[in-house]
Amino acid sequence: MSNSFSWMYSDKVKDHFVNPRNILEDEESFQADGEGIVGNMRCGDQMLIAIKVKDNKITDCRWKTYGCASAIASTSMLSEVVKGMDLEDAHKIKPTDIVDSLQGLPDNKIHCSVLGDRALRAAIEDYWRKNGMEDKIQEPEATTICTCMGVSDKDIEAAVKAGVKTFEELQQRTKIGTGCGGCKSDAEELLHEYIHLFG
Amino acid sequence: MVYMDNNATTPIHPAVAREIEKQLTNYGNPSSMHEVGRMARQVIEEARENVAALIGGAPENLIFTSGGSEGNNMVLKHIASMTEGSSRNEIVTTAIEHPSVLETARHLAETGVTVHFLDVDEYGKVDMQQLRRVCGEKTALVSVMFANNEIGTIQDLKEIGTVVHAAGALFHSDAVQAVGKIELDVEALDLDFLTLSGHKLYGPKGVGAQYIRNIKQAGPFVHGGHQERQLRAGTQNTLGIAGLGKAAELALTEREEEAARLWKLREMLREGITAAIPETKVNGHDKDCLPGTLDVSFLGAEGESILLYLDFEGIAVSTGSACATGSLEPSHVLLAIGLEAEYAHGSIRFSLGRENTEDDVRYVLEKLPPIIGKIRKMSTRYRGGAA
Repeated sequence: MSNSFSWMYSDKVKDHFVNPRNILEDEESFQADGEGIVGNMRCGDQMLIAIKVKDNKITDCRWKTYGCASAIASTSMLSEVVKGMDLEDAHKIKPTDIVDSLQGLPDNKIHCSVLGDRALRAAIEDYWRKNGMEDKIQEPEATTICTCMGVSDKDIEAAVKAGVKTFEELQQRTKIGTGCGGCKSDAEELLHEYIHLFG
Repeated sequence: MVYMDNNATTPIHPAVAREIEKQLTNYGNPSSMHEVGRMARQVIEEARENVAALIGGAPENLIFTSGGSEGNNMVLKHIASMTEGSSRNEIVTTAIEHPSVLETARHLAETGVTVHFLDVDEYGKVDMQQLRRVCGEKTALVSVMFANNEIGTIQDLKEIGTVVHAAGALFHSDAVQAVGKIELDVEALDLDFLTLSGHKLYGPKGVGAQYIRNIKQAGPFVHGGHQERQLRAGTQNTLGIAGLGKAAELALTEREEEAARLWKLREMLREGITAAIPETKVNGHDKDCLPGTLDVSFLGAEGESILLYLDFEGIAVSTGSACATGSLEPSHVLLAIGLEAEYAHGSIRFSLGRENTEDDVRYVLEKLPPIIGKIRKMSTRYRGGAA
């Protein structure tokens, strides 16, 4: 029907948006072995992923998403891709993997797919926690964002979780970008992403 | 196709299209003294009279522009540069203006101009107490949009103008959404500047007009020629201006009846949506609203998804959700009326126009409820399947 759709989203996105697969319709009867939810409705995106696990493999994956077309399509796509995967492999899925399987996303929509892999990791980690395998959960290593003041992405994440909402507040708390100031745009981008995820 | 995005742009009126076609070969430079030039000049001056008749001012006080954004930029920057260094140099505007006013005001603020952004209430009406508080001997210009493009709220310009002039300030209104849709008169409203645009009233894009009361003291806005009262240099866009003139002439005769017809359709749509779909919220003012504008929020359903599913059904609307703007912030208008972000992300603007019929409304009322149902079934908001 619509020609305008094609220039914004790939056919793959359109397919998964129009015919979303594996929606979590009845949570009670699905009885998830692991469940993860990320994002918040205030920011316009929220994703819930529920998995069934047998012999260390994902046997079923269901989801709910509040968000735009690319958010819906990326969760739907992810739910198909992970079926049959080892938990460790699924845990390593990156946003770029999701973007690739969707034949690309517009730049301003990339963050939607970031939510998908995080929700999946949260679901897998939930399963590990419930089954006494916390040792599998490794905190990803911190990346330094501001070399002048020694502030990492983990520090920004912690600041957001503690209620920081603006770059000024982040600066007051961490001194980020108060040296050469070269990290400011990267730091602001991360701040927005983390507010989106954890704010 | 059911096109309900007339606040974004309107289809060209068939009579406007005929007028432009007729003028296609009228190629003269309107500034030339010979007959070919005079023929083009006549078209432009007739158009000026038609636009003046529509908004109530004298044709001599109108100049043609490229549209609303140029007009709004022109007024704010002009006032800022005229009053630079004087004690009366502050600008007052509102939080719900079109970006061409808001961004220009923010730009001026960065260069050192004091700008006040007025709040609006939950219906989108300007806070009059705040207006009275900030308007004073320092105020150079007050710029308030006539009708809002997203929620349709119409401001009480007469009352606002009284406060503005009592403070000795100049009064501008971005009337891009109002002109042609509701009655207005620049003299009765005591306006110093008014901005209008052709493509919102079934005219062509890339053409607009600017009403300037004290035209002898203004500009020039573009240097390099004597065109448009020496204010805006450049050979005029004869075809665009001819189209705008025709659109203005038609609007003057069709406006009143069309407004009544559109309001009826809008109310039919509003009643149908709120009856068929739970957890919705109608945004804006229930009476002081553009006749064809209906802004509705659907809880738990994100706007871009709604827009695209409607698009598949051949229905064209717009949304105030963040996803559609490419940022993480939803519409500044919806946030300014105090709407929770969750409702703002799920907002859809239906803006009806002269081509819409009752059948169109019925078609939307048939297609929309299952779309909202489908989206809510996927939504984290409805985890128990409550949708």
